[in-house]
Amino acid sequence: MTPQIIGTYIASLSLIIGSGFVLVGAIGLLKFNDPMTRLHAPTKVGTLGIGMLLVASVIHSFDIGRPSIHEFLIMAFLFVTAPISANFIAKVNIHRRACETPPDPSHDTTWSTLSDDLDEQAVETK
Amino acid sequence: MKRAFYWLIPHPLLTLILTITWVLLQNELSAGMLVFGFILGILIPWMTSVWWPDTPKSFHPLRMVSYSFVVIWDIIVANIEVAWIVLTVPANKLKPAWIVVPLRLRQPEAITMLAGTITLTPGTVSADLSDQGRCLLVHVLHTEDPDSIRDDIINRYEARLLEIFA
Repeated sequence: MTPQIIGTYIASLSLIIGSGFVLVGAIGLLKFNDPMTRLHAPTKVGTLGIGMLLVASVIHSFDIGRPSIHEFLIMAFLFVTAPISANFIAKVNIHRRACETPPDPSHDTTWSTLSDDLDEQAVETK
Repeated sequence: MKRAFYWLIPHPLLTLILTITWVLLQNELSAGMLVFGFILGILIPWMTSVWWPDTPKSFHPLRMVSYSFVVIWDIIVANIEVAWIVLTVPANKLKPAWIVVPLRLRQPEAITMLAGTITLTPGTVSADLSDQGRCLLVHVLHTEDPDSIRDDIINRYEARLLEIFA
């Protein structure tokens, strides 16, 4: 067992785990029928799935003697941007009444997506 | 000395992050790249500071590191949990729920981090903020007990973020 072979095995294992999670994400997207629940599968399972694929890429690059750590940047940007797109999809669902109407907030009057007096608020905050 | 330092580098942490990002982007560690990254790390915060006038007064990087480890661990656990739910629970047996999280955090940066963390972890997506920013709306994929998830978010993440931005 040379280090190269061990590295290849670890990289392959990461690839299998990663693609498994991506597959589960796709199944979730197909299986659930409510727009809000469908949102869950890709945002969660996608992060670890793609993370494992990138780990496999890093290990392989070290294995063949051309180290690359670009992948950590991809991971960092993915983790920063994934919640934002998920948040926007959720907001669209609420706005179009495509899901159950959410309960009222316990402290303020309403949710920002549902409030229609945006102009008044802008004046207030000024 | 200290004043000169803060005049040149008003945001040391951001400068550090930008320098590291630049070196990672180039995929090589040489003195030239380090210096160029450092120059970018000074120029970019200086040029963009117009767009974020209210930066948080205090920030504890070390607590941030321990928080990151907690979150990464939770992401791994959550992924396995969600994968299990996706594969085993039939679509009509699913119990999705809305939960309302009252916020003690006030800084926009801290609330953004909390919302991001919630979206990345256990079967929850942060969906909306109330109009004055004092409540966070969270959607849960499958739960029997929404209140325990709300308490979990408050005790596990919000408490730590309050310490980071304390």
